[in-house]
This record gives sequence, C-alpha cells and structure tokens, in this order.
Amino acid sequence: MSLLEAERIKLFTTRSPWWCGLLAIALPVGLTALIATQAGGPGSAEFDASATQLLTGLGRSVVMVMAALSITSEYRFGTIRATFQAVPNRTSALLAKTAVTAVPAALIGAVVGFGSWAVFRLIHPDPALALDSAADWRAVAGQPLVFAITAVLSLGVGILIRQTAGAVAVLLVYSLLVEGLVGLIPKIGDDIQHWMPFFAADRFIGVQADAPGLQELPLGPWGYLAYFAAIAVAVLAAGILSAGRRDA
Amino acid sequence: MIEAVGLTKSYGKTLAVDNLSFSVPTGRVTGFLGPNGAGKSTTMRMILGLDTPTGGSALIDGKRYRDLHQPLRTVGALLDAKWVHPNRSARAHLQWLARSNQLPAKRVDEVLEIVGLTAVANKRAGGFSLGMSQRLGIAAALLGDPQVLLFDEPVNGLDPEGILWIRKFMHRLAEEGRTVFVSSHLLSEMALTAQELVVIGRGKLISQSSTEDFVAQATENTVRVRGPQLAALRSALGQAGVSIRDEGESLVVSGMDCADIGELAARTQTVLHELSPQRGSLEEAFMQLTGDSVEYHTEIADGPTPATLVPAGK
Ligand SMILES: Nc1ncnc2c1ncn2[C@@H]1O[C@H](COP(=O)(O)OP(=O)(O)O)[C@@H](O)[C@H]1O
Ligand SMILES: [Mg+2]
Repeated sequence: MSLLEAERIKLFTTRSPWWCGLLAIALPVGLTALIATQAGGPGSAEFDASATQLLTGLGRSVVMVMAALSITSEYRFGTIRATFQAVPNRTSALLAKTAVTAVPAALIGAVVGFGSWAVFRLIHPDPALALDSAADWRAVAGQPLVFAITAVLSLGVGILIRQTAGAVAVLLVYSLLVEGLVGLIPKIGDDIQHWMPFFAADRFIGVQADAPGLQELPLGPWGYLAYFAAIAVAVLAAGILSAGRRDA
Repeated sequence: MIEAVGLTKSYGKTLAVDNLSFSVPTGRVTGFLGPNGAGKSTTMRMILGLDTPTGGSALIDGKRYRDLHQPLRTVGALLDAKWVHPNRSARAHLQWLARSNQLPAKRVDEVLEIVGLTAVANKRAGGFSLGMSQRLGIAAALLGDPQVLLFDEPVNGLDPEGILWIRKFMHRLAEEGRTVFVSSHLLSEMALTAQELVVIGRGKLISQSSTEDFVAQATENTVRVRGPQLAALRSALGQAGVSIRDEGESLVVSGMDCADIGELAARTQTVLHELSPQRGSLEEAFMQLTGDSVEYHTEIADGPTPATLVPAGK
C-alpha cells in the first residue's frame, strides 16, 4: 500500500502527467465535437453510439506517451535508482507503478468515452446515439478498460526500452502505422491484422463494426479484450523480468 | 558493518571491480579512496543492489541489500545528487521516498531542517545549485535514520564552504555512532575526514588500514638535519647503515627517526641547528601507492614518446 502511495506522490508532483491528461481528454473530445457538426448530412450512413468513439484513439495515443514517460523519465533522471534503492524488490516497485499508471488512464478513458459520446449527442441530437444496446454500452463504457490496458502495455514497452524517444517512437509508429500497413500485405495481411493488439482493442469498442472485412473474425468483442489484455500483461512481464536482471 | 567478499564486476571487456574484499567497521568514517575510474562508484552501486556483481557479494550487517526490509531504515546513501526529478520539489522528492519505506511524514521536515533546506523545500530541485542538490541527497540518505551511510564523492565540485559543511557533517554522523563509508579520489580530503581507509586502484584492493598507518606507510619518512659541522655525525650515520642525501647545507636521512639521530648527535657531540621530520605530500604518497593502478596512467604521464623527440632527418 505504501508503495502505491509513493508512486502516487511521484506521479502527481510533476506537471507533465497533468498536461498529458488534459491533452488526452481535450484532443479527442474537441475533435469529436468538430465532426459532430458535420455529421448526418444527406446520404450519410446510419450510425450508433460507436460512431461517437471514432477519435478516441487520439486520446489513447496521448495516454501511451504518458505511460511510457512515467517510466522512461525515471531512467532519464536516475530516479529509478532512487526507487530501487528504496524498494529493492523491483517487481513490487514496478507493479505499484503499473497500478498508479493504469488507474488514471482508466479515468481518462472514462472521460474520453462518455465525453465524446455526450458532446456528439449535444451537437447532433439523434435518437440513434442512445445507449440502448450492449454494443452501445461497450463502445462508450469500454473505453476505461482499453485505456488502462493501453497504459499497461506502454509502460511495459517503456521499461524494456528505457529511453523516452525510443519508447514513444516505437509505440506511436507501431499503433498508428504498422498495424494499418500489415493489412496491405497480400493474402496473409488480413489474417495477421486480426491478431494485432490495437486492432483487438478497436474490435472490443466496435468502431466501424459494419465495415466489410470485419465480419468474419476469429474472436468476439470480449475475446478480443482478453487478447489485448494478455498481450499487455506479457509485455509488462517481459519488462519487469528484464528490469530485474539488468543493472539499474 | 559492510563487508565485500571477492566483489567482481565486468562491463563487457572492462573489468571495473576485480575480486575486491574489504570491510567497513561500525561506528567510524571509512574512506574509499582511489583514482578516477578505479571502481568506487561501481562498488557502491553493487553494495546497494543496483548493479549485480559478476562475482562475489557485498553484505550489510550480514545481509544482502535486497534482503533488507525497508532498506532506507538501515542504509542511507547518496551516490549521485542528480538522481532527482528536476520538476519535483525537494519536499515532494523526500515525501515519496519516506512513504515507500513507511517513514513518518514529519521526518521529511526534520531532515530538511538538518541539512538546512527548509526555506527552499517547495522549490523545484532542478533549480538547485550542486551544493543544494548534495544537501537534498544527504537529506534523503538520512530519512530513515540509518546506522549505515554511503556517500560517493560528496565534495566533488563543491566550493570550499560546501566542502567544509560536508566534512563537518561526516564527523557529526560518526560521532553519533554511525558507520560512514565515503569515497573520494583525493587523499588530502580523506585524511581530514576518514579514520579508516580502503584504497583501490583499477578495481583491485591496494590496502585497508587506518588513515594514519596509510599515510605513514605511504610517505617516505625522512629527517632533515642541519648544523655547522656535520662530518662526525655523517660518518656515525654511515656506520649505522642509513641512507644519507645532501640537500644544500643539510642532510636528509631516511631509515632512522629523530630520536635516534638526536642520540647519535649527542654521542658525536654535534651541534644541531635543525632536526625535523619531513613528510612528503599526501597526494604524492597516494600517487606513489596507486601509481601503477591509475587507469590511463601511461598515456597521461609519459607524454610524447622518445621517438617523437628525435629530430627529423637524424
Ligand atoms: N555502466 C557501465 N558500463 C560500462 N562501463 C562502466 C560502467 N560503469 C563504470 N564503468 C567503467 O568501470 C570503471 C570503473 O568506474 P567507476 O566505478 O565509475 O570508477 P570511480 O567511481 O572509481 O571513478 C571505469 O573504467 C568505467 O569506465
Ligand atoms: Mg565515481
């Protein structure tokens, strides 16, 4: 418990997490408001609650940076050594940090999910946007889960790479570019893409679930969430294992 | 008590610490002396469990650091004053450390007071001078009121005022009965601070002894003898088999102490104007002992090789 508190003090006594948190909310919610004003023109497709979540990925990207920074900045400034000096059990220290990173990420996810939905509905009041199915609820209320798991995954990558620039580049390039490009590989591309972690996260939320090519998938929404979580845990475990073996 | 047994650490091809064994006795200031690159910081990181030894072990009161429960209560250490987030206040830095070892929050204000940082406690640590950062590091080391303290080159880069403060502080800690292990590459500094010395060079142990013994052993002890007629004394000294060197008007004798030379002078009825023990400078003594172990020693000391001094065309 005291380890969690120590990590909480660390997180909230520098400014960058606050700015990241603010950006992680303002960016997707603000841009969602913008597209809401353009929504529902003549001939536009039917939409449901998941349509309000199209831009939440932006917030997710900021949370990735925030989570990676929380550990890479410790390596950069040497506070990781102070941490391991105070808490020689590195696994406990890093698990405490994981919890203290995941919880704010979940809160941000909740604000982004419901915020995007609310602001969209406010600007474009459409009965189709009501949360009246399990899929609708999953799309909006599922964001905290996706954000928290994203934070865990990013923290794991940060522990493995240790350098801010490297970790952030890997995370952003992978999530924004590589996963999309994999689908372009002839023949096997789609099959590989169906097992990509952020693809899995999007399947859980259900964005653009009606799109062709997304009809016959190996897993259902909850299966995909479990798969996404399993990958995050595996990356974190790899990070913790390597942090335990390497010199601090 | 800190005990290193066969401590070894290699980074790739670099053997930073080489089969190092020593012990740091309880309740004294022990200096950890060695030229730059000798492996002092590496040894301290291994004692604190930050780096894993390639071989051997370091124990604190018989335990490995990582087996200590809430280690800040047992061992306080300042290895690098910069290991602080620059945007975090001094107080917040101490607060998270205190929390991690379940130390009372009021202890933070106590240690800030001890090191004299109360006035700037809420300022960001990134704006601190080196001296202030060192004090913050010392405050962190004192948080758990530990019996064992480690400091790595605490006076490096400080102004004379800061150096004096640190020196007094070390003494105070030892007077309180704590075990203090402090590294430096300056023997002159250690001679003022430490009672015991562990001396290393190139990762190997050179000696462990009291500071006094080390200085005595390291310094070539000579006696300067001056007087109007020294011929009789000279021959008597010659018969005693000590080595004598002329230095202007006086003789420099090595291998016999003042008392014995005085006796001899009386017996030979020699008038003396001066009879004084000479001590080489501490730094010289240190260089003499660690000379072979100084890394890059040859590159620096030899200067241009003789070949380059041969005029071209010869
Ligand atoms: N993390 C590291 N990686 C590679 N070499 C290192 C590392 N740390 C120290 N060394 C090397 O080990 C030797 C001892 O260094 P160090 O312990 O810092 O000496 P000192 O503190 O006595 O000046 C040096 O040759 C140094 O270059
Ligand atoms: Mg050093």
